[in-house]
Amino acid sequence: MTIATLQAPAPRTPLQEFWYYFKGNKGAVSGLVFIIVICLMALFADVVAPHSPSDQARDALLLPPAWMEGGNWAYVLGTDDVGRDILSRIIHGARLSLSVGLVAVTASLFMGILLGLVAGYCKGVVDTIIMRIVDIMLAMPSLLLAIAIVAVLGPSIVNAALAISIVSLPHYVRLTRAATMAEMSRDYVTSSRVIGASPLRLMFICILPNCVAPLIVQATLGFSSAILDMAALGFLGLGAQPPTPEWGSMLADALQFVQRAWWVVTFPGLMILLTVLAFNLMGDGLRDALDPKLKQ
Amino acid sequence: MFQFIFRRLSLVIPTFIGITLLTFTLIRLIPGDPIEVMAGERGVSAERHAELSAQLGFDQPLYVQYFHYVTGVLQGDLGNSLVTKEPVLSEFLTLFPATIELAFCAAIFAIFVGLPAGMIAAVKRGTLFDHSVMTFSLTGYSMPIFWWALLLMLIFSVTLGWTPVSGRIDVVYWIDDVTGFMLVDSILSGEDGAFSSAVAHLILPSIVLGTIPMAVIARMTRSSMLEVLSEDYIRTARAKGIAPWRVIIIHALRNALIPVITVIGLQVGILLSGAILTETVFAWPGIGKWLIESISRRDYPVVQGGILIVATIIIVVNLMVDITYGIVNPRIRHSR
Repeated sequence: MTIATLQAPAPRTPLQEFWYYFKGNKGAVSGLVFIIVICLMALFADVVAPHSPSDQARDALLLPPAWMEGGNWAYVLGTDDVGRDILSRIIHGARLSLSVGLVAVTASLFMGILLGLVAGYCKGVVDTIIMRIVDIMLAMPSLLLAIAIVAVLGPSIVNAALAISIVSLPHYVRLTRAATMAEMSRDYVTSSRVIGASPLRLMFICILPNCVAPLIVQATLGFSSAILDMAALGFLGLGAQPPTPEWGSMLADALQFVQRAWWVVTFPGLMILLTVLAFNLMGDGLRDALDPKLKQ
Repeated sequence: MFQFIFRRLSLVIPTFIGITLLTFTLIRLIPGDPIEVMAGERGVSAERHAELSAQLGFDQPLYVQYFHYVTGVLQGDLGNSLVTKEPVLSEFLTLFPATIELAFCAAIFAIFVGLPAGMIAAVKRGTLFDHSVMTFSLTGYSMPIFWWALLLMLIFSVTLGWTPVSGRIDVVYWIDDVTGFMLVDSILSGEDGAFSSAVAHLILPSIVLGTIPMAVIARMTRSSMLEVLSEDYIRTARAKGIAPWRVIIIHALRNALIPVITVIGLQVGILLSGAILTETVFAWPGIGKWLIESISRRDYPVVQGGILIVATIIIVVNLMVDITYGIVNPRIRHSR
């Protein structure tokens, strides 16, 4: 007689559980793959790009993409009006867009968490003042507010990144505040307080780790709007200035060649669309995988 | 009900004060002395500087300046443009109809495409149609609309030659400015072909500006419809033997529309900021293009006034949406 030993499967760690739900979402996984590829591309732009983004090939102005008549495989996606390789400019543009996104998201996440925690923890007058300011910022469309800020500070990449991080602040403040308020009434917070934890410890060590899930989702979606706003500002001439290879300002330069050279217009914009789409897909997937209500 | 409206109104006043503070500070944050900025490269003498300072009130304490600014704003005085010397408000009013016309057509496009698409996607959940609507709406939501504008222009105006490239009407027509709305004015002018030319000029900009709102409306309609369709009363209606289309249109849609209406109201902000990009690409003479041009001309009173008016419009529309929502849905009205 043999005794069948039944073994319960080991419980998944939170990370495994997250990955189990995340990988079920095909859109989210393809978004993630695209983002990884583009990050590598940005990181190794100097190696990957066939030409320097500022090299002007005087004998190859407005060259069409390689597969078209008159194209040249040295310039796969063609060249612009001063003979710069479009593919190389797009690759170097990825570096700029992603780093601006990273700076803007990090800055607004940091400030937003701080303000949101303080508002949710202190309540009363402090909460009212912070939330009033947030409401005022939310009353303005983000692009308009960003334009206003850049109009004052002057057009440059740094100012555009600053404007974008200010503009996206309200979302993080609201999310953190709401999550903090929900956590504040939990028993574990009360017991920590009774033991004598200081307000700072309560805020950052007890409460904050439990508010992280919605913030991760918002940060991912924040990346997509940062890239979109950055490109819009660049297009309007309020972001990166001309020689810089930035996707939005590449399109602004291309405006006058719509009739003659479709490739100058098409590829930078396609890159913006795909990157923003990838971040949105991943954000949706993260939300589904991190939201316990949807899992059941 | 009045209490509800009053409560909402009382929340708007601090927001408005905040926005005036913002636009007031904005112009004072510009590096350098405002009078020297106004004088440009010529510069001004010390006496003239003092004189202008006193004339414009820059020699007074900040809170007095702010008080004067707000009293002026409330009386409709937003200052004069540095370039044209015209009052900012009157410049705004001449250009605003063009933006309204564009935003209105974009909203019509967004609603008439987004609403049915979202509704059908919900009813046919899990089918190919549903998946394509969701894919298209996510793409639309991620769209850099200035590129979308260029792409459509490239396909429909340059390659196919179906629509004009830019502007509001063909240059061969001289339309008197009666209402400021080209669609109305072109009919009033009685010229042959003027109206169809105005319509042709509106098609691409409206599609471009309406793309993001359309995506948002389609997604919202779908999820709200899915929620309503799983309610007990829908099952009851079906069990009673009511025709399927009637259950969907009469029973489900009416309740599903409540959150959608709010979302439509909130698109006004997106439409007005999207207008800045759309107008720039299509050379559409509205307030978006006006604002961007004044930034590059350093015409600060126009930037200040324009931002103040646009933000005020958005606050007012959001307020109206909130109140309508309270009327449609009593649960909101009586909460708190």
